Amino acid sequence: MKLTVWTYEGPPHVGAMRVATAMKGLHYVLHAPQGDTYADLLFTMIERRDHRPPVTYTTFEGRDLGEDTAGIFKATCQDAYDRFKPQALIVGASCTAELIQDDPGGLAETMNIPVPVIPLELPSYQRKENFGSDETFYQIVRHLAGPMDRTPDVTVNLLGPLALGFRHRDDIEEVKGLLYEMGIGVNVVAPFDATPEDITRLGAAHANILMYPEHAEAAARHLEKTCGQPYTKTVPIGVGATHDFVKEVAQICGVEPKTDLSRLRQPWWSKSVDSTYLTGKRVFLFGDATHVQTAARIARDEMGFEVVGLGCYNREFARPIRALAKEFGVPALITDDYLEVEQAIADAAPEMILGTQMERHIGKRLGIPCAVISAPVHVQDFPARYSPQMGWEGANVIFDTWIHPLVMGLEEHLLAMFREDFEFHDEAGPSHHGGHSPKPIEAARTPDRVEEGPSESEAPETGSDVMVWLADAEKELKKIPFFVRGKARRNTEKFAADQGLHEISLDTLYEAKAHFAR
Amino acid sequence: MNTPTSVPATTCRDAPILKERGQREVFCGLTGIIWLHRKMQDAFFLVIGSRTCAHLLQSAAGVMIFAEPRFGTAILEEGDLAGMADAHEELDREVARLLSRRPDIKQLFLVGSCPSEVIKLDLARAAERLTQVHAPHVRVLNYSGSGIETTFTQGEDACLASMVPVLPSTDQRELLLVGALPDVVEDQAVSLLTQMGIGPIRVLPAPRTAETPGIGPNTVFACLQPFLGDTAAALTRRGAHHIQAPFPFGEEGTTLWLRAIADEFGVDDETFARVTDAPRARARKAIANASEHLNGKTIFFLPDSQLELPLARFLTRECGMEAIEIGQPYIHKGLVGPDMDLIPAGPTISEGQDVDKQLDRVRAARPDLTVCGLGLANPLEAEGLTTKWAIELVFTPVHFYEQAGDLAGLFSRPVRRRSLLKLEAAE
Repeated sequence: MKLTVWTYEGPPHVGAMRVATAMKGLHYVLHAPQGDTYADLLFTMIERRDHRPPVTYTTFEGRDLGEDTAGIFKATCQDAYDRFKPQALIVGASCTAELIQDDPGGLAETMNIPVPVIPLELPSYQRKENFGSDETFYQIVRHLAGPMDRTPDVTVNLLGPLALGFRHRDDIEEVKGLLYEMGIGVNVVAPFDATPEDITRLGAAHANILMYPEHAEAAARHLEKTCGQPYTKTVPIGVGATHDFVKEVAQICGVEPKTDLSRLRQPWWSKSVDSTYLTGKRVFLFGDATHVQTAARIARDEMGFEVVGLGCYNREFARPIRALAKEFGVPALITDDYLEVEQAIADAAPEMILGTQMERHIGKRLGIPCAVISAPVHVQDFPARYSPQMGWEGANVIFDTWIHPLVMGLEEHLLAMFREDFEFHDEAGPSHHGGHSPKPIEAARTPDRVEEGPSESEAPETGSDVMVWLADAEKELKKIPFFVRGKARRNTEKFAADQGLHEISLDTLYEAKAHFAR
Repeated sequence: MNTPTSVPATTCRDAPILKERGQREVFCGLTGIIWLHRKMQDAFFLVIGSRTCAHLLQSAAGVMIFAEPRFGTAILEEGDLAGMADAHEELDREVARLLSRRPDIKQLFLVGSCPSEVIKLDLARAAERLTQVHAPHVRVLNYSGSGIETTFTQGEDACLASMVPVLPSTDQRELLLVGALPDVVEDQAVSLLTQMGIGPIRVLPAPRTAETPGIGPNTVFACLQPFLGDTAAALTRRGAHHIQAPFPFGEEGTTLWLRAIADEFGVDDETFARVTDAPRARARKAIANASEHLNGKTIFFLPDSQLELPLARFLTRECGMEAIEIGQPYIHKGLVGPDMDLIPAGPTISEGQDVDKQLDRVRAARPDLTVCGLGLANPLEAEGLTTKWAIELVFTPVHFYEQAGDLAGLFSRPVRRRSLLKLEAAE
C-alpha cells in the first residue's frame, strides 16, 4: 500500500480513454463498476469537449458479483457495437474488473463482432496512466497498421497527440507548419482525430514524428521495426530544440532544412533590455519527462534562468531525467509523491516553479509563482486562444507564459523604491496580476498545517529553526521586496551557517549580500 | 398560514416507477468525502482503494481545494493483492504514519472502495484493531463508499450510519438534525427552531468529535437531506424517533419541515407564525424574482444527487416548472415519500439508469432545462440543450428560507444565460 494525497497520473485505463477520446470511429468497452464513469468529466469538463468520450462501461454492481459479470460484459459489448457502429472496438477492464478476472478480450473475441476488436491488458495495480496511453496506442497500431507502399511525395505521420494533453491540439498545427515549410506532407496524425481506418494507412508515410514519447514511443518503435519508418527523437519545444528538430526531420526525409523565422519573436524578447531582470531567476522544474527536458533547456539557454531542481513523475523516463539533472548539476527528483515534490520545492526555495496543476497548488501554498508546462492540467490550461508549446509560435507563447507570473523589469525597481506607498507596495504583488498576486513569501514560512509534526523538530540544524534574526536585521530584511526576500533570507542563513554563526545581525545580512553578489 | 397544503388526487407516490439498469453516469460514494472532510474538522478519510479512487477524488475535488485535504488514498498494489504482503499490516503501518503526521486527527474513517470490497478486505476488523491501538486519542470507524454499492451522496449516508453505533447513549429529549450542511444553513435551521423554543438541538455530523451528540429513546431526529436512509434506519434501531416531512427546499418545503418538528414539540400556531412569517415572505419574494425565467419551462432530471424528487417538488410547485422525467439513483419512499405526495402524477418517475436510453428520451422531449452530472452537461449543451449540473446542489447553501431564492437562481441562471447570449448572430 502507498499513501497518496494527490496523484500525477490516473490509472492505466484512463490513459486508454485518452487515446479513445482523441480518436474518431473507435469505441472503448470498459468492464468497470458504476463509479468509474467519473472519468467522463475529465474530458467534458476539464477539456470542455462537446461530446461524451466514446466509452461504454459495463457498470456492474455489488449484487452482480456472485453472478454473471461476464454476461453483463458481453451484453454491453454487443449493445455498444449496435448503438455506435464503430470501425473498431477496444476492450479492457478497470482495476475492480481486473480482480474479477472476466477476460474482456477473450469474451469479445467469441462474439463475432464484424469489426476489429483489440484487447487491452493494462495492469492497474502495477502501471499508470501514461503506460495506458502508450500501450493502447501501440496495440491499436499493432492490430491495424502494416507495411504498404509509400506515398509518392515525402510524407510523415505525427504520433502522440491525444485527449487531455497539454496544448496537443495547437502543437499539431505548429508542427504541420514546420513540415510544410520543408515541403513535407502529413500522412496521418494519430491518435488525435484519427479513425481506425486512418491507422491502417500509417505505413504509407516515409517517417514518423514522435511528438510525445510518453504516449507513442512503443508505437513508433513498432512502426520502425515493421514498416521501416525512422522516427524523430527531438521534441521541438523551445527555439534551440525547434532548430534541431528541423535539422533532424530534414536529414531523415532527405530534404533541405528550410524554415521561416519571421514569426519567431522569442529571441529578441529575451535579449531586450526589459528581460535583464530575468537573469539568474531560480526555477524549479517538475512535470512529465518530455516537457521537463525541453523546459530545462529553454530555462537555461533561452531565458537565462538558473535551474535549481528538476524532476518528473513518470518513472519510465527516470534515466534521461537523471542524466539531464547531472548535466545541470542538480539532484533529479523522480517521484509521483506530491508531498515529496512539495518538500523538494520548499527546500530549493525557487523564485518560480515550472510545473503541473499540482505544482500550482504547491506554489500557492508556498507563495511561489508557478507557470504550467505539462499535464496533469485543469480547465484553465485549455485556453480558447491558439497557444502551442512546439515550434516558433510555441517559443513565443512560452516566453509570455513563463514571465507572466513574475514581476516585470522596471517594476522590480519601483517596488523597491516605493515600498511604503499605500497603493504600490510589495504586499500588493505584481501590478499586472490584479487579484491573483502570489502571497508574500513571509506568510508561506509559517505553514498552516501540522503535517510536519515531529519531523520538523528533528530537521537538520540548518535554516531558521536555529538561526536567530536580530531585530534590526529582521527589519532590514522586510525592506527587501517580497519576490527576492525569500532568496535573501535563505542566502543569509546559509552564509551564517557556513560561518558557524547562530545569530544574524544587520552586518551579517549585508556581508551575505556581498558574498552572494553576482 | 397553516391552510392545509393542497394535495393532488393522484400523486407521484402512487405512480409506476420506471426501473432501469445499464450504464450509469453517477459518482460513487467516495465523493461524499469531498464535503465531509471539511465538515468534520478533526476527521480524516482514508480510502483503501486503487489509483482510480485517488484519481477520482482528485478529479472531482482536487482542483477545487487549496488547503491540504483531510483525505488520502492507501493505494493497493500488486503485493497486497497477490498475498505477498499482509494488507492489514500494510494498513496499520500507513495509518500509524498518517496519524503521526497529522496529530490533530481525532476520528479516522477507513473508507472501503470497489477493489477493497472485491478482495473482501475486512475493514471493520481493521477499524476495531486500530481503535484499540490508537485509543483514546483517535477513534477509527469504517464504511464503504464503493461504486459497486453506493452512488454519489450515498457515501455521506454510509459515513453517518457508521457513526451511529458508537454515539453515546442519552435519555434526554433532544432534537437531532441529521446531514452535513454548510455552516451558514445549519445555523439558520438551529436558529429558527430555537426561536420556537425547541431544544436542545444537536447535529450529526458534529464539527468536532468532542461535540458528538448522544442518542436514545427520547431522541427525535429529522433528516436535512433525502439520501440518509441508512442513517435514519440506524438511528431508529437505537430507539430514536424519525420525524418525516418534505425536505426544506423552498418556502413550502421549509415550512412543512419546520411544522413537522414544531408539531412534535408542541409549538403553537402563534409561535410558529411569529418565527416563520417574515422569512416565509422573504423567501416567496426571492423565489418570485428568480422563477420569472422558470415559469412554464420544462425540466428533466437525470439521476445523480438523490435530491431530484424534493427539488422537482420545489421547482414544479413553487417555480411553475413542468417536470417531464424525474430520475433518481434509488427511491427511498420512507424519506422522499412526503415530497412525492405533493407532486401530481404525470412526470415519468425513473429509478436507476440506462444512460443511453435516458438520453434518447431527453433528446425526444427537448426539455428547457436538464439536470445532470458533470460528464453529460457539456455534451448536452453542445446539442443545444440547457443544463444544470447537479454537483452544485450539494456544495451550495440551498436549504431553508433565506436560500430559497438562491436555489431557484441555480436553475434560472443557465436559462437566463441562454437568453442573454447572442452568439449565433455574431458568427
